[in-house]
Amino acid sequence: MSPVELQRGQEVARTIRRLAHEIVESNGGAEDLVLVGLLTRGAPLAGRLASAIEAFEGECPPVGRLDVGLYRDDVAHRDPPAPVRPSDIPLGVDGATVVLVDDVLYTGRTIRAAMDAIMDFGRPARVRLAVMVDRGHRELPIRPDFVGRNIPTAPSQTVEVRLAETDGEDAIYLMEGADSHGEH
Amino acid sequence: MVSIEPAAPTATEPEEQQGPAVTEDPAVWARKDLLDTDTLSAEEIDLVLETADAMAEVRERPVGRVATLRGTTVVTLFYENSTRTRASFEIAAKAMGADVINLAASGSSVGKGESLVDTVRTIEAVGADVVVMRHPNSGAAALAARHTSASVVNGGDGSHAHPTQALLDLYTMRRHVGEIEGRKVVIVGDILHSRVARSNLWALQAAGAQVTLCGPATLLPQSLRSLPGYEGPGGCEVTTDLEGALTGADVVMALRIQRERQDQGLLPSLREYIRQYQITEERLARANAGALVMHPGPMNEGVEIAPEVAHGLRSVVEEQVTNGVAVRMAILYLMATARRR
Amino acid sequence: MRALLIRGGRLIDPASGRDEQGDVLIENGRVSAVGGNLSGDGAEVVDAAGCIVTPGFIDLHAHLREPGFEQKGTLATETEAALRGGFTTACAMPNTDPAPDSAPAVEGFLKLVAQKARVRVLPVGSTTVGRRGERLAALSELAEAGCVALSDDGSPVPGGNLMRNALTLAGALGLAVAEHCDEPSLSGKGSMHEGAVSERLGLEGQPAAAETVAIARNIELCELTGGRFHIMHVTTARGVEQVAHAKERGLPVTCEVTPSHLFLTDEAVAGSDLTPAYDTSAKVNPPLRTETDRLALLAGVNSGVIDAIATDHAPHAPEEKLREFDHAPFGISCAETALATVTTLVSRGELELGATLRALTQGPAETFALDGHVPGIGTLAVGAPGDVTVFNPEERWTVDPAAFASKGKNTPLAGLELQGRVRAVVVGGELRHVLEAAHV
Repeated sequence: MSPVELQRGQEVARTIRRLAHEIVESNGGAEDLVLVGLLTRGAPLAGRLASAIEAFEGECPPVGRLDVGLYRDDVAHRDPPAPVRPSDIPLGVDGATVVLVDDVLYTGRTIRAAMDAIMDFGRPARVRLAVMVDRGHRELPIRPDFVGRNIPTAPSQTVEVRLAETDGEDAIYLMEGADSHGEH
Repeated sequence: MVSIEPAAPTATEPEEQQGPAVTEDPAVWARKDLLDTDTLSAEEIDLVLETADAMAEVRERPVGRVATLRGTTVVTLFYENSTRTRASFEIAAKAMGADVINLAASGSSVGKGESLVDTVRTIEAVGADVVVMRHPNSGAAALAARHTSASVVNGGDGSHAHPTQALLDLYTMRRHVGEIEGRKVVIVGDILHSRVARSNLWALQAAGAQVTLCGPATLLPQSLRSLPGYEGPGGCEVTTDLEGALTGADVVMALRIQRERQDQGLLPSLREYIRQYQITEERLARANAGALVMHPGPMNEGVEIAPEVAHGLRSVVEEQVTNGVAVRMAILYLMATARRR
Repeated sequence: MRALLIRGGRLIDPASGRDEQGDVLIENGRVSAVGGNLSGDGAEVVDAAGCIVTPGFIDLHAHLREPGFEQKGTLATETEAALRGGFTTACAMPNTDPAPDSAPAVEGFLKLVAQKARVRVLPVGSTTVGRRGERLAALSELAEAGCVALSDDGSPVPGGNLMRNALTLAGALGLAVAEHCDEPSLSGKGSMHEGAVSERLGLEGQPAAAETVAIARNIELCELTGGRFHIMHVTTARGVEQVAHAKERGLPVTCEVTPSHLFLTDEAVAGSDLTPAYDTSAKVNPPLRTETDRLALLAGVNSGVIDAIATDHAPHAPEEKLREFDHAPFGISCAETALATVTTLVSRGELELGATLRALTQGPAETFALDGHVPGIGTLAVGAPGDVTVFNPEERWTVDPAAFASKGKNTPLAGLELQGRVRAVVVGGELRHVLEAAHV
């Protein structure tokens, strides 16, 4: 089955702007806000959110990127294994409101790992979760604070969020898992 | 309908999805053992060094350790004294949450004449996942690896190989000079008996460096320049001419001179070596500006390296030690996770 | 004893130059007729169709391990190995415990031989007492007790003067002094050939000069004394050259080469698809050398400069070889693969069949003048001892150490396919070994 386009271009940009507004509103401004994108796809999304916030707040929150590979509970099952990359977390997560940013929320295991990881960098006052797509099928008691779009899916399917910075287009696709799980 | 490029690798178990924009397949570590650098591909070396980048970042965090290797048992089995290497592996393993057991030849049944093969079988039977081994005989790590299902990391075997040292050297070089390809790396000293020189040579060749081996004629492996595989990029020069070797060097690595070479008659005297081959400020002036000075340690200051060079601005000797932990973390991580799959 | 007729093979007898289809009849332990269409009424028949029939091979250099090292091998196991390898005679090296340095020691050994050996075993006495290189053994006593040569085996006679006296006295007794030519101050602790492979593996090497310096010294002493001097297992191209020069000058110098050195180089230590790196099975002394050396050894066999192919069969217990390369003992168990390695080389065109068979029969017989001990040995002449080897030069088989009769499974050839296989072996007129269908 071919991929189904769920959103693209301006629609995606609009969703990002809305998420940015919700984050600032919930935080009562951009102060003490730190956006931490989860590698790989959450990192450019965090950058987009920060730019959006700067556009209407006049202040750009610090942006970090976090690799959760060393905190995962499924190292043994990933084939091929994901490479481990350095994280880059801005100084001063102590007392800050850290917003973890990821593209798709699924089982919740990555977010569990991300919460463990971020605690190794300091003691944030609050940790929030922003995702572009929530596709359901949670395996852990984790709930996002900011959601771009809820997309009901079957476990056999895959949701892809593509961003101009990394993919040359802004778009969200729903595809049959078998297609994308292929020879990789 | 929209056509989409193939998606990135995804896990067999449900997880947060990763997008499709990975441009190349990441290298995968599939080796049970790390015995030398000679069979490592450039991609595998890159994988180790990139993973080491992540580990170096972990070490800089306030906590400085993770729990990834919780449940993994690392045994260090040292038949030679080496506080530095053993400690480096132990710190690396513990920084990832592994259990570490240190065995020294004098403190185990090895001292009672137990064979190496029996020893590694015993270590495996008590549940070791990874055995880090240091041994005075070349080929000992390969022998051990053949007779245990545990992963064996060669922490130095005789004059043969010391792959983790070579990888940490490469990592240190890359941090300072960037791309290794085309760089002139000069290794000076007792090349013939140096496992560090050999493993560095293979790794540097894979990375495309231009390697020069330099030392007294009695301590130079004359055949290395003509071995198959040396016609590749860079090639390997073997010379007794230190001044010529240092000219245009980007990296100068001095090796430890063992006093027993004098007793064996391979060196007329240490003084003779110092006169001809000590790395001094004056000699170093022939190297490129900003050339790195390296040493695998422990240094004989005043013998193979002048004290002012050992502690000079160009010296990265201490950083090599620091990087050693990150590189060994990377190796243990890659090997332990390869085992779990 | 029932007569034996070996029928329909290709008879090759280097001593007489015979190479023709024919039969061999053996009666009362001796060759009684050789030729076409022999009839042997009532004789047991060995069908040698498709096979080569030669005088039984003579091994100048075998380590039978008994007495003293029975964990490595016994007279029973190692002579059975020799038998299966086509050897009907094995000269036993003196590195036993006790060493055969006196008549009683030799007599004790010969008693064991009479009880256990599956092939003829001829003792080599030790040159010095206890093979310690200090003073000469009782040489005339050893000659009388039946020793066919003198050697200190793996321990080269150290002093030039000691060797001079050994050659002088042994020469007067008609015995050759067989020497492992090695200058220990040069070979040192080397565990393999010094060269590109040792440098790559980080192993200490023995330079080729360790052999050639010793050969040079001993050839000079041979000239000085006129005694017969035999160079065991020559391994270097230069060594072959030295022997050729000595022979040109008419000196009583002979030499042997092992099948291992003809077949393998120092690369074997580095391992292959079939063998591990730092393969202790390829650790042998003198060490496997370079391809240049190997080619010179092959040429030496083909030209006759090299007199004999001798196995240096050296079985070791498995756990002894399961050690760090530096700590493993030297030696290859090769009695059972010797013929196949050389016939494989013949099939590759590297060795000539006639020269190869001469180096397994007539050559060794002449080297130690064995005719004086066993008249007619190494030939198929009428009246010669009924020692015959039948082998199929075309048959391919895969080396499986587990199937060795030898206690030593230490071969670097495990898993390798070789061409040429011993089918039947007759010792003293008795059919001692038959492989499968060759026996009719």
